[in-house]
Amino acid sequence: MPSALRESLFAAMIAAILAVPLIGLEAASTPTGLALHTRWGAAAVAVAAVFAGRLGLSLWRGRLPFRAALPAGFGAFAARHRVWISVAGVLFAVALPFLPFSNRYVLDTATTFLIYVMLGWGLNIVIGLAGLLDLGYVAFYAVGAYSYALLGTHFGWPFWVCLPLAGAFAALFGLVLGFPVLRLRGDYLAIVTLGFGEIIRIVLINWSNLTNGPRGIGGIPRPSFFGLPFSADPAPGTESFHTFFALDYSSIHRVAFLYFLILALALLTNLFTLRIRRLPIGRAWEALREDEIACRSLGLNPTLVKLSAFAVGAMFAGFAGSFFAARQGFISPESFSFIESAIIVAIVVLGGMGGQTGVVVAAFVLVVVPEWFREFAEYRMLLFGVAMVAIMVWRPRGLLSHREPVVRLDAPGGGP
Amino acid sequence: MTGASPLLEVEHLSMGFGGVRAVDGLSFVARRGGITALIGPNGAGKTTVFNCLTGFYRPPVGRLTLHHPDKGPLLLERMDGHRVAGEAQVARTFQNIRLFARLSVLENLLVAQHRRLMRASLWSLAGLLGVRRYGRAEREAVEFSKYWLDKIGLSHRADREAGTLPYGDQRRLEIARAMCLRPVLLCLDEPAAGLNASESAELNRLLLDIRAEERVSLLLIEHDMSVVMGISDHVVVLDHGRKIAEGTPAEVRSNPAVIHAYLGEEEDGEEGEAGGA
Repeated sequence: MPSALRESLFAAMIAAILAVPLIGLEAASTPTGLALHTRWGAAAVAVAAVFAGRLGLSLWRGRLPFRAALPAGFGAFAARHRVWISVAGVLFAVALPFLPFSNRYVLDTATTFLIYVMLGWGLNIVIGLAGLLDLGYVAFYAVGAYSYALLGTHFGWPFWVCLPLAGAFAALFGLVLGFPVLRLRGDYLAIVTLGFGEIIRIVLINWSNLTNGPRGIGGIPRPSFFGLPFSADPAPGTESFHTFFALDYSSIHRVAFLYFLILALALLTNLFTLRIRRLPIGRAWEALREDEIACRSLGLNPTLVKLSAFAVGAMFAGFAGSFFAARQGFISPESFSFIESAIIVAIVVLGGMGGQTGVVVAAFVLVVVPEWFREFAEYRMLLFGVAMVAIMVWRPRGLLSHREPVVRLDAPGGGP
Repeated sequence: MTGASPLLEVEHLSMGFGGVRAVDGLSFVARRGGITALIGPNGAGKTTVFNCLTGFYRPPVGRLTLHHPDKGPLLLERMDGHRVAGEAQVARTFQNIRLFARLSVLENLLVAQHRRLMRASLWSLAGLLGVRRYGRAEREAVEFSKYWLDKIGLSHRADREAGTLPYGDQRRLEIARAMCLRPVLLCLDEPAAGLNASESAELNRLLLDIRAEERVSLLLIEHDMSVVMGISDHVVVLDHGRKIAEGTPAEVRSNPAVIHAYLGEEEDGEEGEAGGA
């Protein structure tokens, strides 16, 4: 008991040090200039809240199975019913545009959510499987987006041609980044990839001839439904989506189409990851994450294993990027700042590195929930911080970090 | 059996770190089908020799020739670690066990068959499309893993995370994993470290079995004299990076230089004699 009291007093003292200048003093602008207002009451409330909270936490901790309480049970539940949860999730996603409450706003939010899910799954290959902490993932997203934007606006190439090209370009950049960082691991790798992400953004800002600099690229052609555009009144002699299918024109058609497109791309990423984990290269990535030296002693070339992980991860970011460009119709370097990388890494880490379902949950928490609480947008970072602390306390290995071996002896050769 | 022909020839191997000469002009021969032991006090340079052999260090001086039964002589000192393992088929284990802790026991053994499976799956491309040839190759790999799991008595734990196994099991699993590489030479860095008497007797049986049934030659570093004296047919003694003696276990045991440098300082030698007899 006394120790709990002491801890709480200590926490309150730190809170007081922070609260006095941050909450207690306020610089208010008056007609005559800046004036200093004091709010000692609010500061006192904050300190008291910290004291009470800390005391409550200390007293509670002994009584409740605090650490393992709910989240562990949740993880086990999710692991047991993994298949059903996934099937239900996919069915719900497919049905979403046809549900009664669905409207343009819901579909737009869901599309954004799925972009992050796809990026999370793509980055999961690099971080979760191969264990290479990549903080510059958004660079490949940018490469994919600019590939489509430039090819589409300059040469008028259609989306379906540019999509694989964007993936290929991004994969190429993955190799380019991979080479210099081959010898690095952990923190060092993180710093270099972070720098790489910024370099790409700064090049995009400054190479005005090609990228139009900070003004960005507009008028990016919208993807068509296998050749059928989503235009209200098609040029004479051509068909558009609604005339071909004899529907009334509605702008929601395109929104729904984009939603299904990203859903398909995201599921492709997921299926690819699930499949590659059963193949030698996927196993090699996981082995590399566990122990690089042992990999070498077993005849695996770490250079190739790392480069392939970088390239494949980058390829999916490239796909997502070209989709992003096609959806927005306008891109600028602003869309590819470090905070995007940070969100994607947070999704992967929060989701439980290597797990696929966890990424979806984490993307929901980090992308959709802030969207709901738009009024509290300023507190978004606070939410991130709280979520991260909560994860580190309860589930240091991520929300759903349970790993199932992909090959079992009971069912030998249960492979592809 | 061509017991006399050399499998591995080490000539004038030297390796230094800064001012320290860890290995100094070492030459020895490991014979085909033999069990060669490398012994010496702590810091004598034994693990450095292993790291040079298996491509983890590039020795500035010396020649390491592996007379591969199918591929002819190969110069190991010019190869990277993964080529020594993959092409020259020299497998190794580590002093501090290096398993893939979060992969299952079976997956650990499958990683060792990576090159074979990569070829069968056309670098995973064909596997991605679900081609039958890959399915067959994977079934074979699983069967081969199962053979080794039976041999080390771990079949019932095949689907467990390797990191959760007891220490002795982890040691044996690491040896089985190295054997899944289908090596011609198996290098073991202190395989008996941390094992109790019955476990190290079991290890002896496993190693003798590997030589007799799998026709794989062994090179081992060991402190446990019951293992060294019990199974090896040739012993090389290192001290301060130099070879001070070599011969059969009996010859080495009675060599005054060895007794002075190594056995004389440790009581293990006496105990080992009893265990080896």
